[in-house]
Amino acid sequence: MMETFDPAAVNWARAQFALTAMYHWMFVPLTLGLSFLLAFFETFYYKTGDPEWKRITRFWMRLFAVNFAIGIATGLILEFQFGTNWSNYSWMVGDIFGAPLAIEVLFAFFIEATFFAVMFFGWDRVSPRFHLFSTWMVAIGSSLSAVWILVANAWMQRPVGMVFNPDLARFEMQDIAAVITSPVAVSHFLHATSTSFVLSALFVLSVSSWYLLKGRYLRLAVRSVLVASVFGLLFSFLVILSGDQAAHNAARFQPMKLAAMEALYRGEKNAGLVAIGLLNPEKKPGDDRPVFHQAVHFPYLLSLLANRRLDTFVPGIDDLLYGNPAEGIVGVSEKMVLGNEALEQLTRYRQARKEKDEEAAAFHLAAFKKVEDHLGFAYLDGPEEAVPHVPILFYGFHVMVGLGFLFPLIFLLYLILALKNRLPRYRWLLRLGLLLVPLGFLASQLGWVVTEMGRQPWAIHHILPVKVAQSNLAAATVQSTFYIFLVLLTLLFVAEVRIMLSQIRIGPEEK
Amino acid sequence: MNLDHLQLQQLWWIILSLVGALFLFMTFVQGGQTLLFTTARSAPERTLMVNALGRKWELTFTLLVLFGGAFFAAFPRFYAVSFSGAYWVWMLILITFVLQAVSFEFRSKAGNLFGARVYEGFLFINGSLGILALGAAIGTLFTGGNFLIDEFNLIRWGNPWHGLEALLVPFNVALGLVAVFLARVLGALYLVNSLRAEELTARLRRAAWKNLLPLVILIPFLLISWQTMTGYGYGESGEILAAAGKHWDNLFNLGLFGIGFFLIGAALTAGGAGLARFTASTKGIWLSGAGAILIGLALFLILGLEQTAFYPSLLDPASSLTIRNASSSRYTLAAMTWVALAVPVILGYVAYVWRLMNATPLSADDMDKDRHHSY
Ligand code: HDD
Ligand code: HEM
Ligand code: HEM
Repeated sequence: MMETFDPAAVNWARAQFALTAMYHWMFVPLTLGLSFLLAFFETFYYKTGDPEWKRITRFWMRLFAVNFAIGIATGLILEFQFGTNWSNYSWMVGDIFGAPLAIEVLFAFFIEATFFAVMFFGWDRVSPRFHLFSTWMVAIGSSLSAVWILVANAWMQRPVGMVFNPDLARFEMQDIAAVITSPVAVSHFLHATSTSFVLSALFVLSVSSWYLLKGRYLRLAVRSVLVASVFGLLFSFLVILSGDQAAHNAARFQPMKLAAMEALYRGEKNAGLVAIGLLNPEKKPGDDRPVFHQAVHFPYLLSLLANRRLDTFVPGIDDLLYGNPAEGIVGVSEKMVLGNEALEQLTRYRQARKEKDEEAAAFHLAAFKKVEDHLGFAYLDGPEEAVPHVPILFYGFHVMVGLGFLFPLIFLLYLILALKNRLPRYRWLLRLGLLLVPLGFLASQLGWVVTEMGRQPWAIHHILPVKVAQSNLAAATVQSTFYIFLVLLTLLFVAEVRIMLSQIRIGPEEK
Repeated sequence: MNLDHLQLQQLWWIILSLVGALFLFMTFVQGGQTLLFTTARSAPERTLMVNALGRKWELTFTLLVLFGGAFFAAFPRFYAVSFSGAYWVWMLILITFVLQAVSFEFRSKAGNLFGARVYEGFLFINGSLGILALGAAIGTLFTGGNFLIDEFNLIRWGNPWHGLEALLVPFNVALGLVAVFLARVLGALYLVNSLRAEELTARLRRAAWKNLLPLVILIPFLLISWQTMTGYGYGESGEILAAAGKHWDNLFNLGLFGIGFFLIGAALTAGGAGLARFTASTKGIWLSGAGAILIGLALFLILGLEQTAFYPSLLDPASSLTIRNASSSRYTLAAMTWVALAVPVILGYVAYVWRLMNATPLSADDMDKDRHHSY
């Protein structure tokens, strides 16, 4: 409920959020995945007593620890940022959004913090059994933290289980179970964790490839490859299944996001999925220019993906903006009219309450209730504002999906060659293997860029535009903290990478 | 959950007070960090201290995150007002904690870009400046913030300093210093308890006692300030009323939970340090730790209970935050109360693991034995 928005301040706040979130997400996927790999390695050690497995466990654990620390540092900034930079957001939806964050700390971070110390420092202080248990707890704890933060994020993509309180002008939670079990939360969780497992497996393959190329620590490298490629291959299937589910959910709950991901302007029946395409940069919503300079389609697949049926209609950007009565789609332009009505009624209701005119208040409240779902639309300046950045979404989505199909093939190749003990001879593959880490990170970051930029202009889908969510701070203030964090996190990141590289060079401990 | 909204609000204020009090205890990590340059005399001694603290820093850190998260869930309006309003203080605090989080792990590793001394410096900054600023920020809950909430819920801050001005208010600085010196006492006592290194622990025992001295001056100052300071209360309908000496009155109205906890806490804190200084016992940390928890509880309880505004507005008293006007809905508080039932379980396993890990004190031999897995 603000009168003025400062676009520069919003953009700096967005930039700062993107910066810190993307840094956080550099470390979190490795935490999520490596922790399970550690648990597997240590379980083999526990079962076989073979000291080589212990060496392997301890080697990867060292890399894990370096990564873990900086993951925690970036997470702290994110958490407090909701208050510092998005105070209106914190007030308007804190009643719902704060709960999963608090639960996350209680049920996940304490597990991680407690058992990490045992896992890392407890080798000689606790029994082998308890040590193994602790390693598993770290892995489970990290995945639990993913559950809760993704519940929170999913709620922003598809707000459910709440009601608007007109007196306080905020949303209040009504049904926590609906918030937790939202289908978006489920697909988010499965996809974000499975992709993180895949990314960690790629990390292990890359490092092991380097050892194989250098002819060092061959036993460690081959065993690590075996475990990681099986792990990566299995979870690659879950990546594809859950990614498909994520897209299906986007179609159901955020059709504009899906349309932008596929650069679909005019909706169609039997819509095809773009395999590769070169976008026409001139294209604007509502005009007649062609969308692509060049494109290859898989026929029907988009309809299948979006609606799980072949011959169904998938709305495009133009349909969603300007409406399509034939398909029963109400356009953004119409929703803006309803939104303005809602804002008007709400303002009058509050005025009446202030003047203690209960009769008028009841009247305006009833009128507000009829159109309250569209309140957020009152803040848009024009329907076109409701379209997210199409090129970023389109290319980001397609690169991610392409890589998602490439990775399982690579895992399979590594697995077969490792089983036949032929890996060291395939030097071209090992060299290619060094690229797997950057490619994995690329896919992973793009996934979030698609998710979050596809939600634009909304902070909470259809409820709260980003520009209304911000704090009342001067653009220069937010700009300064953006640069402070840019410099700080970049320095720490450089230090982290250098430490990782030197730890890899040092290699495992002597026998 | 049959509690009504007000009871839940009170319950959640008490839970937050407990988290804050536990955090105060756990700042022994930060306090220990500030002793690195003075009490330790050599690199191996510093390494030993860093490693003893490094086994616990995440718990402290997680408590800070929990404090933030629980405030967000239970009193979202505070989260919105204070963090966006007192922006620069919170940023300062955040940055020092970001530096802390990497320093333990990076300090002794090859290729760490800055060298061990710089990371030790980061730890010092976190323990001194970070805790001072955090204490001062908590101080503003007593002395007030320059904010105003308009009818559109828009939060304005009355000056361009965005919270840094709090560092000029004597009461806030005093509270910050109390936090710093209390942390140093606790840090020294924790290290006495968890290290086997004779000369170093002898110095640590003296350090614990010496750092008590500033508290002897600062704590009476706090009491006097409460007596004279204008606090804000609220009436039955929620309207905000100024009341001189409000916190002082609360201290006595809460009886055992106010002045009682405060005085017993102060005595226990001193007792723990005395135990270390004058006997061979290593258990001082438990006495002083319990003392810190009691002091923390008293501080927070007099802030938010007894119909007190826990974050007064200096610009517009009517905008002041109370547990009633800043809280989540009844539904959310009730749901979160179910969640909070897990707290004893968490405390249980934390304590169990603590005992296992601290069963034998850390010594220089441990450092040599496991170079690969130490900080
Ligand atoms: C290694 C990383 C990686 C790989 C290989 C893939 N993804 Fe992904 N994707 C992510 C990493 C990622 C992510 C970063 O983890 C996201 C962001 C939010 C989320 O839950 O996962 C994501 C989001 C995301 C979304 C957006 C969900 C939303 O907006 O709510 C869709 C539709 C897909 N993915 C689909 C796929 C498909 C069909 C893939 C392949 C076959 C695929 N992704 C491979
Ligand atoms: C860790 C992985 C994540 C990454 C890499 C990421 C990335 C991004 C990016 C790129 C933006 C900027 C979007 C834009 O301005 O166009 C953004 C904004 C935002 N994200 Fe995320 N995000 C992540 C996780 C989350 C989660 C889990 C939440 C909530 C629980 C969240 C909440 C937000 C909010 C509130 C904004 C600012 C408002 C906005 O611009 O929409 N993000 N994020
Ligand atoms: C806006 C979004 C986010 C916020 C506010 C946030 C907050 C935090 C905080 C405060 C920590 C430090 C916890 C501690 O004290 O130990 C942390 C660490 C962590 N977070 Fe996030 N987080 C966000 C996004 C994510 C996402 C999307 C995931 C996973 C899917 C995730 C998974 C983790 C994990 C596994 C850790 C453990 C530490 C590490 O990786 O080093 N977080 N996060």
